[in-house]
Parts: sequence; C-alpha cells; structure tokens
Amino acid sequence: MDLPFKVEKRPPAPLWLRVTAPIISVVAALAVCSAFILYAGVNPLYGYYHLFAGALGSTLGLSETFVRFCPLLFCGVAVALAFTAKFWNIGAEGQLYAGGLAATFFGVSFIGAPSALIIPLMFVSGFLGGALWAAIPALLKTKLKVDDVVTTLMGNWIIWYFTSYLLTGPWKNPVTVWPESPAIAPTAEFPILVPGTRIHLGIPVALFCAFIYFLIYARSSWGYELKAIGANPKASNLMGINVTRGLVTVAILSGGIAGLAGVSELGGIHHHMKTDLSFGFGYTGIVIAMLGGLHPIGVTAAAFLMSVISTGSQVMYRVTGVPYPISQVIEGMTLVCLLLGVFFTEYRIRRTRD
Amino acid sequence: MPFARGVLHRVQDQEDERLSELVITLAFVVSVLAMTFRMAVPLIFGTVGEAFAERSGVLNLGIEGMMLMGASVGYLVSYHVGDNWAGVAAAALAGASMGLLMAFLTVTLGAQQHVAGIGTTIVGSGLSFYIFRLGVPLVSGIPPTVTPFPELNIPLLTDIPVLGPVLFHHQALVYVALTTVLISAFIFYRTRFGLIIRAVGENPRAADTAGIDVFRVRYICLILAGALTAIGGSWLSIAQSRFFLPGMTYGRGWICIALVVFGYWSPLRILGGALLFGGIDALQLSLQAVGVEIPYQLFLMLPYVVTILALITVSRRAKAPAALLKPYRREE
Repeated sequence: MDLPFKVEKRPPAPLWLRVTAPIISVVAALAVCSAFILYAGVNPLYGYYHLFAGALGSTLGLSETFVRFCPLLFCGVAVALAFTAKFWNIGAEGQLYAGGLAATFFGVSFIGAPSALIIPLMFVSGFLGGALWAAIPALLKTKLKVDDVVTTLMGNWIIWYFTSYLLTGPWKNPVTVWPESPAIAPTAEFPILVPGTRIHLGIPVALFCAFIYFLIYARSSWGYELKAIGANPKASNLMGINVTRGLVTVAILSGGIAGLAGVSELGGIHHHMKTDLSFGFGYTGIVIAMLGGLHPIGVTAAAFLMSVISTGSQVMYRVTGVPYPISQVIEGMTLVCLLLGVFFTEYRIRRTRD
Repeated sequence: MPFARGVLHRVQDQEDERLSELVITLAFVVSVLAMTFRMAVPLIFGTVGEAFAERSGVLNLGIEGMMLMGASVGYLVSYHVGDNWAGVAAAALAGASMGLLMAFLTVTLGAQQHVAGIGTTIVGSGLSFYIFRLGVPLVSGIPPTVTPFPELNIPLLTDIPVLGPVLFHHQALVYVALTTVLISAFIFYRTRFGLIIRAVGENPRAADTAGIDVFRVRYICLILAGALTAIGGSWLSIAQSRFFLPGMTYGRGWICIALVVFGYWSPLRILGGALLFGGIDALQLSLQAVGVEIPYQLFLMLPYVVTILALITVSRRAKAPAALLKPYRREE
C-alpha cells in the first residue's frame, strides 16, 4: 500500500511516555466503551461514577475489590514473569485449576490436621500442581520446539475437562448435585484478615509474590538473564546463558504462581473445588501483564485497576442496569487500546508526501 | 408336539430380539453419523477461516470471540427480523469487523499476534454477552427461541436408507459448510490468489519484492476468517440450540486452532478432522442421551490432547507457515 506517510522506529521511548501510554489506553478504552453504555440508555458518566464509587467508595465495595485483586494479581504476575522471558504462557487459567486441584486433594483429605500444617501444604501442593502443568509446554518448547502458545492454550481445556470429570465422578461432593468437591477441612479454610469482610490470607501472599517478582525483575542477575532470553535467545545462548534451563524455570515459577491463585480462591472464598473456580482470571492476567508493561509495580497497579472494573461493573449493573459483561468489554478494549499505545511509543508516523 | 413348538418359539423370539437389537443399533449409528455433520459445521467454518488466517501468516486467537459474536448477533438478528439468513448475514458482518480489528492490530500495528488475539477474544466474548442482555427479554433466565432452518428433503437421495438420513437430510448450512471446504481447497491450490496467500505466509519479504501487497492479503484473509468463523457461530445459536447463551461456543474456537494444526492447514484434511472431532462430540452426546454413563469429559478433552500430539509430529516436519506469528514490516 502506498500511503502518504511512513512508519519508522523511534528511539527508545522515555520513561514518562512508557508510563503514560497505559494510562491513556485505559482512558481511551473507557471512552470507547461509553458508546456501549450509551447504547444501553445510560449516561456513561453516571455509569462510570457508580462503577468507581461502587468499587472504591464503601467498605464493602473496597473489600470486594481486594478479594478480586487476589487471583488477578497472582495471574498477572505469573503471566508477566513468563512473558519477560518470552515464554508465551496463555495457560495461567489452566495452571490455576491445576493448583486448585492439587490443593483440594490435601484440603479435603487432611481432615483434623491443624491449620498451621494444612494451609502451607495446600500452598506448596498448589504451587507444584500449577508448576507441573506449565512445565510440560515449556519442555515441549525447549526440547521439541513445539509452539508454546497453542500448547498452553490447549492445556487450559484439558485440565478444565479433567476438573469437570473429577468433580462429577471420583471427587464428587456426595451431598450436593453441583459439580463440586466435598468441602475442604474447616482448618484448611483461610483465616479472614479483616472481620466482616472476605479479605483472606491469599491477598498478602499475592502481594508477596509480586514483591518476589520485583526482586527477580529489578534486583537480580537472573532477572537480567530472563530479559536477555526474551530479547534474543540465540545471543543469550552464545553469551553462556542456559536458555533451556531459564525457560523451564520461568515456566515452573509462572505456573506455580498461577496455581496459587487457584489455591487462594479455593481456601479463601469457595472452600469447594469448582468447575467455575475462575472467571477467566488467567486470560485477564494477560491483559494485566501487558497493561503493566511486565513491570512488577505496573502489574500490581494494573491488577488493582482490573479488580476495580470487575467489582465496580457489578455495582453499576445493580444501580443503572448496564449489563455487567461490560467489564469484560472494557478489559478487552483496554488491551486493544494498549496495543495501539505501545505502537506509538515504539514507532512514529512521518508524512512523506505533501 | 408342544415341547418342540416351545423350542421353536424361543428360537424365533431370540431372533426377533437380535433383529430388534440390530435395528436399534443401526438407528443409533445413523443418528450419531447424522449428528456428526451437525456438530462439525461450526468447526468446519471456523477452521477453514483459521486456515486462511494462518496460511497468510497470522495466528488468529481472536477466533473464540469471533465465534461468540457470530452466535450472539446471528441469534439477535434472526429473532428480531424473523429471518435466519438475515441472522447469518449479520453474523458474517460482525465477524468480518472483528477480523478487521484483528488485522489492524496484527498487520498495521504489528502487535504480537497471540496478545492481539486474546484481546479480540475478550472483547468478543464480553460484547456478545452484553448485546444479548440488551437485545432480548429473559423470561425466568431462558431466552426466547428462534425457529431453525428447515431440513432439506432432496428427492430420491433423502429416501436412501441409512445414507439418506446421514447425508441428505440436513439444514442448508451443512451443505454451505461442505461447499466452503471445496471452494477454499480450490482457492488454495488452484488459483493465483491461493498461491499469493501461501507466499505471504511463507516468505512475506520475497512476496513483497515480487510486488505482492502483503498487508492487503493479510487483511483480506483475516476479514474472511472472521466472517467464516462467525457464520459457524451463528449455526450454534440459530440452528443448533435455537437461542444464545453466554460462552456457548465452549472452546470450539480453540478446537479450530487445534484442528488447523491437526489438518496440516489443508481444507480437505480439515474437513476430515472436523468430522472426526464432530463425531467424538456426537458420540458422547448420544451415549449420554440414551443413558449410558460415560466420563464424557474425557471425550471432550481428546481433541486438545490429540492436537498436542499432532503438534509434536508437525514440529518435526515443519509444516506450519514459516512466517506465522511474525509481524511484517518493510523497513526492518
């Protein structure tokens, strides 16, 4: 196509631009989605007011925002860590279920064990479950050169159907008709940290994971190696970095952290393993990781923003009647606008004809 | 001789029983085979669309969202206009716009294809649900139904025993799907445009040097992919369920991603794969319907497992389009 302008790479964007681009993208996404809210017959400003006020303006709203923040932060960190080394982990959703299943096994069978034993055991087993589920595509990628995008994506459905099989068959709750496991031991239920809310132990653990990711990303030589692997695996190999080991390790960590999201939803909220343990948290994790620019602080902020939109859209629905799936539209649109924003931080357009 | 007559009767009874068992089995097989085609329709449309996208060098992970949009828009238009073909056309249009979005992100902006695809899918699944909630009244949680297409009765052919009900007694979209496969095979292997698509997917730089507009080819392929996928989605709502439900594609879009690998990016092999996966689905549904308790989830898991195995063998033979997942820029 001969166009009257030319796209060219610009010098590395300054920090302020890299920080403002995601913010502008979010605003742009909200602007685009205001058309959909208008279509529902509601003034977008009125709608958005209730969205933000609902998620942030009351104790209940804020606490529910933090409850949602927990799995989203786990998944955002998991995806960001993997993407740093360009291990394209689209499978956080499946790793979440793998972690949930592993933790259910201990949570249900260790009736009578004290919390101090069973809760750490659930975290460890959940981490290992998610890690194992992510290690398979990583090994296939490094050993057999099988594309990780497709294998991690397929893995989501394999583990989900396996979960559904367990919960309607061998692990079925004998008491209810729903596809769910028996309740975990009362001692396995996470302690509530703020009385009167659902804020549970999983939230500080998620923040701790984000902090560990910060140490890896910004303060360790291993983090530097990961970025090098992501930037150019061949050159990294020549520099003496063990790319295979790096990718498999990053997959194990990433999958493990996604698995912890499953553990937290199980132990902190549902107390039964369910086939709808996650509302696409693993996919939202991709939006969060990209929106946060893969940076630990950015990812944490993005996870919080997505929790606000998710919680707030429920309130907006109750008050104004705008259907709550709008949150998913905003979420996807944010990613779309972000890709546009990233483009403008990396390239500039110059006129070639007058 | 009462005794002998008794024995004879019993033999006769046993034969009758065996015969009726045979008839029941045959009826079951016929219904599973006929259902196979119905289950395969969305897979055929989606995977042929995906083949166009991937052959031109773009992995279209927006497919699940496109299929959902097709299902939702198709149902809504069919319900409000009262014409199923209008629904299918509107679905195709909605899918084409999603394809246009995907093309803008991956071709013009050169964004990472899987990230752009996941974004498109999230928008599509959210928006399909959103417009559905605004578009129809829910009576105790159940949306109103539409009347599906009539089943075609082809003179003579439909009356053939076994083969008739399996092949020649379907809604018209089944035959549209089969024709789409043939047309796409023809385009890929017998036309200049097919050659151009494959060239763009294998070596965009060489294609560009030869004067082919890489960007335009990828735009066309993605828009086509979106339209076809959405038609497949509209089949699910209009013809199969007769209403829309959020997330009703249940990963069928991802099955198409799997199938295109399994079918080595070739329309005829894709048809074979779609019938196989459709058949697995039809078998587990039919077994459940007659009350056989099976771990049906293990059936539904199969396509994904098989695909990973297929990917392992494919990666050895390196059959995927060489430029897949790589954005193309002229000046780099």
